[in-house]
Order: sequence, then structure tokens, then C-alpha cells
Amino acid sequence: MREADRLGQIATDLRIDILRAIAGAASGHPGGSLSIVEILTALYFDELRQDPARPDDPARDRLVLSKGHAAPALYAALAHAGYFPRGELAGLRRLGAMLQGHPDRKGTPGVDMTTGALGIGISAACGMAKAAKIYGEPYRVYAILGDGELQEGQVWEALMFAAHYKLDNLVVIVDDNGLQIDGRVADVMGVQPIGEKLSAFGFAVAQVDGHSFPELFAAFDRARETTGRPFAILARTVKGKGVSFMENQAGWHGKAPNEAQLEQALRELQGEVPA
Amino acid sequence: MRDLGMRATREAYGDALAEFGARYDFVVLDADLSGSTKTAVFQAAFPERFVNCGIAESNMMAVAAGIAATGRVAFASTFAMFAAGRAFDAVRNGIGYPGLNVKIGASHAGLSVGEDGATHQCNEDLALMRSIPGMTVLCPADAVTTRAAVRAAIEHPGPFYLRLGRLAVPTIYGDDAAFALGRGILLREGRDVAIVATGLMVARALQAADLLAAEGIDAAVVDMHTIKPLDEALLTALAARCGAVVTAEEHSVIGGLGGAVAECLCRTRPVPVLPVGVPDVFGCSGKAEQLLTHFGLTAGHIAEVARQAVSLK
Repeated sequence: MREADRLGQIATDLRIDILRAIAGAASGHPGGSLSIVEILTALYFDELRQDPARPDDPARDRLVLSKGHAAPALYAALAHAGYFPRGELAGLRRLGAMLQGHPDRKGTPGVDMTTGALGIGISAACGMAKAAKIYGEPYRVYAILGDGELQEGQVWEALMFAAHYKLDNLVVIVDDNGLQIDGRVADVMGVQPIGEKLSAFGFAVAQVDGHSFPELFAAFDRARETTGRPFAILARTVKGKGVSFMENQAGWHGKAPNEAQLEQALRELQGEVPA
Repeated sequence: MRDLGMRATREAYGDALAEFGARYDFVVLDADLSGSTKTAVFQAAFPERFVNCGIAESNMMAVAAGIAATGRVAFASTFAMFAAGRAFDAVRNGIGYPGLNVKIGASHAGLSVGEDGATHQCNEDLALMRSIPGMTVLCPADAVTTRAAVRAAIEHPGPFYLRLGRLAVPTIYGDDAAFALGRGILLREGRDVAIVATGLMVARALQAADLLAAEGIDAAVVDMHTIKPLDEALLTALAARCGAVVTAEEHSVIGGLGGAVAECLCRTRPVPVLPVGVPDVFGCSGKAEQLLTHFGLTAGHIAEVARQAVSLK
């Protein structure tokens, strides 16, 4: 199987697992989970230097899902990568199960940082990258933020920090899907122009189609070659990507599909019905 | 009380960081207050392990969490107002919930910040910090136990909150042998009333006990340097022996040491518990000693409240 086909199939599998888990929990965030599926697939199945058999390896690359509400996507990627059995996904958000509503580093193998309160993850990622600099360790740190998350002031504190300390081992990925709970980001509290702001804050910036593996890989390669400053990937994405009735609908930010909606979504993803 | 000189706990904190920095591997962070929190002393000795975060306390706390998540110990310092107050969410969700090895050195706590006034006088930090599951909360009384507290923070894994003061306070201890994490120090035996104090109020509690002794009231005095986990065994035994308790802290009477002691004793040995602390009002500008007197954080007032406690038995 060609690389793009292999990754494309993984992305579809992740989407199916995400929707099944959220529907099973009758609770969760499908829109922003589906928008970062290609980003997570590119990271966990190619870019990150990690070994699922050694989730505590101090030398591993780190991934911080600062937009922690997209936990179902992270969990699906970790399960497919082999950090824990896929069967755990059925326990999402259930009392006594491993997979919490938002990522919990203490309880879930492969989760590098506890997140959920927006703005904290990017700061923690900066701390990890700074620790690597202090101790001369070669690992890299990746952080995924939502575009809505950029409204949190702490994000900009962290971005200042990253540039000030020249954290060229840090890659910040902004999931620019344009929507948040209350509607369009542009209507709720505009954050654009994100690329210009990141540049002004001292980042090297790549703007990519966040659903294109070749574009994501090209950006990761550029990030590796960039020295002396942190790297940001502004990934244009579609909230709810892959499910026709969820795409670009703010209403699917934090709502679980019912049985019929899940069935239709799965049919679309499995190619039985053209999306 | 022996006369061992005066020294601010923040000074001892900076010295301890620099001293232990040679023996232990940890990173120290500050938010543009290194000259005041005294982390600059560590910075001078170990610049490669010092990270100034600028005036961005929430980011600093979560950066410290990220450093700790890589397996290192991180000390994060700023004023208590910004550590416990402004950065509460980053401390709660970024350090407390993930159980990370971050030690918060919070200086300039309480009224004794002085002239800067109410915006900088944090009288709520003990209440905030002890409400976080798994957070160890310390409030050393003097320079000697501050050094011991820093060492305890390094050696015991998990989140710590170290409450430190700006004001020079009497040194009470000759050495740190009496200090054990989570164990109150019984500084003075007594049968009539137990004064449980923390921070700079410990020295005042000892003076209060002298005043009471002159009247024939035999007061026990405890240095409760660890607010959480609280030494419930010692408290319960003292309540049983004395039948009345007074708490003394440079903190709001809501939710700090007084709250913790009352929560314990109403379960284990109900007796009158009367608080000495900052009443439910904001502070104001003034010299530290003037403020402590103005708000009743004096030996004389502790003694007065102790008499009331005895009368309630």
C-alpha cells in the first residue's frame, strides 16, 4: 500500500473509532476531534519518535493536545498506535474507565500532558521543550491548539516564552477550523490574522491544508530544519471533517451523535454513501 | 524564646535553593520578581537551571509543570497573590491534577507585605491551595524550618506550596532537627489551652503563652508548619488534653489553618476552636508591624482570645 493510502486508511479508522466512542458515551466533542485526525495520524504514524511499548521513555518526542476536548481523537490515535487496547475506547467518559473526558497523563499511557483547561497545554509544552534545552536532550515537542483556544491570554504568554527561549525543538500546530462553541470564531472573538500574529511573536510559520499529508509532512520537515526559533503550523481544517452533516457546523462542537446519526456517519466514512 | 536573630523566610528560601542546587538537580523559575523572592541567589549560582518567565504567572506554573513532566523537579516562585490567586487554574489543572513535581515558592504572603496594600496582601492562599487534592501546603515559621521545608519539598515527590514572608521574623529554632513533614512541632507543653500557630504567628504565640503563664493559664504552643496534610493526631491529643484551641495565622479566618483545625477537631475531638487571623476584610497599606497590630495579629490578642477559649470550656 502506498504511504498516502496507508495513512488515509488509518485516518478513516480513527474517525470511525472517534464517533463510536463519543456516541457510546453519549457525550464528547466530535467536531474538533474530526478536524485534527490527519494531524494526529501524521504525527503518531510517521513524525513522532516514540515507542508505544515504552510510554515513559524520557527520550521520546512529546505530544501535548492543548485543545484537550479533542481527547477522543488522541485516544483513537494512541490505541491504533498500540499504547493501549482499542477496546478501551468503548469506556470513554464512563465511570471507572481509563479514558477521561479530557486527557489525563496519570491514567492513560501515551498521554504526555493533562489538558482540558485551555491554554495550559501550550505552556506545558514550552516547559518540556525548555527542559530539553537545559539538559541537552534531543527530543522534540509538538503541541496542538485550537483556533478558538487562541482567545485564552495564557496562550500568548506561552508563545512569547517559546520565542524568547528560541525553542526550535517546539512545533505549535493550530487547528484553524474557524468554529467554536458559540459559533464562528470570527463572530465570537476574532483571532485572525493568526499567521501574522505568530510571525510577529517570533515563530517561523507554515500555512498548510490540515487534511493533506504531503503538506503536513513538508511543514514538519521545514520545522526540523528551522533553528533559533520555534515553528508554528497553521493548519486550515474543516470542523467535523469526513461527516457531511457535521462539517462546518458549530453545533457539533460538543454534541454526541445519536444511533441513526452514527450509522449514517459510519456509512459515509466507510464509503458506502458518498459524503 | 531564644534570641537567634531575625530573618525573612524568603531570604532563607533563596539561600536554600542555592545551597541544595549543588546537591540536587532541579530547575527554578520566576516571574520577574527574582530579587524579591530571592531566587536570584540561585540564579547567580546556577544560571543554566534558572528560567525567568517574565510577568506571566499562569504560564510559569504550566511551564514548570511541563518541566516536571519530563522527570525533573521544578521550583516556581512569585508572590503568593499571583501564585495562588492569579495562577490558580494553572496550579490546579496543570500541577495538582496531574500530580506533578512542582514546588511553588510563594513569597510576600499575608498582610506583612505592608505598604503595597490590599492588591498584594494574599490572605487567601492557604485556603486556595489546601483545597487542591494532593497539594502539600507548608508555612514555615522561621529561616531554619524554611530550609528544612525546601529540602522536604525536593525529597518528597508531588506538588508543594511553600508559603513565605517578606518580613524579617524571629528565628525560633537552633537547628532543623525538629522538622518533619506533616508533623506539628510542640514548642511548649500546656494543659489549659492549645495555641496552634503557623508562619510568623508562631513566635507571637510563644509570646502569648508567656503572657498567659503570668496569669496562671498554662498554654501549649504548636508550630503547625504543615497545613496539609494536617497533623491530626497531635491536634486531637492536644484538644483532649487542653479542652480548648486557638489558631493563629497571618491569613483569612476563612479556610486557612483555622478552617483546617476546625474541620479536623469537629470530627475527632470537638472542643471550642477560636481563630486569630485576618478578619473577612481586605487589607490596606501600612507598615507590616502596624498592619499586624491593626488586624489583631499580636501576642496580646492571641492571649485575649485564649482567655475566651478557656472560658468556653
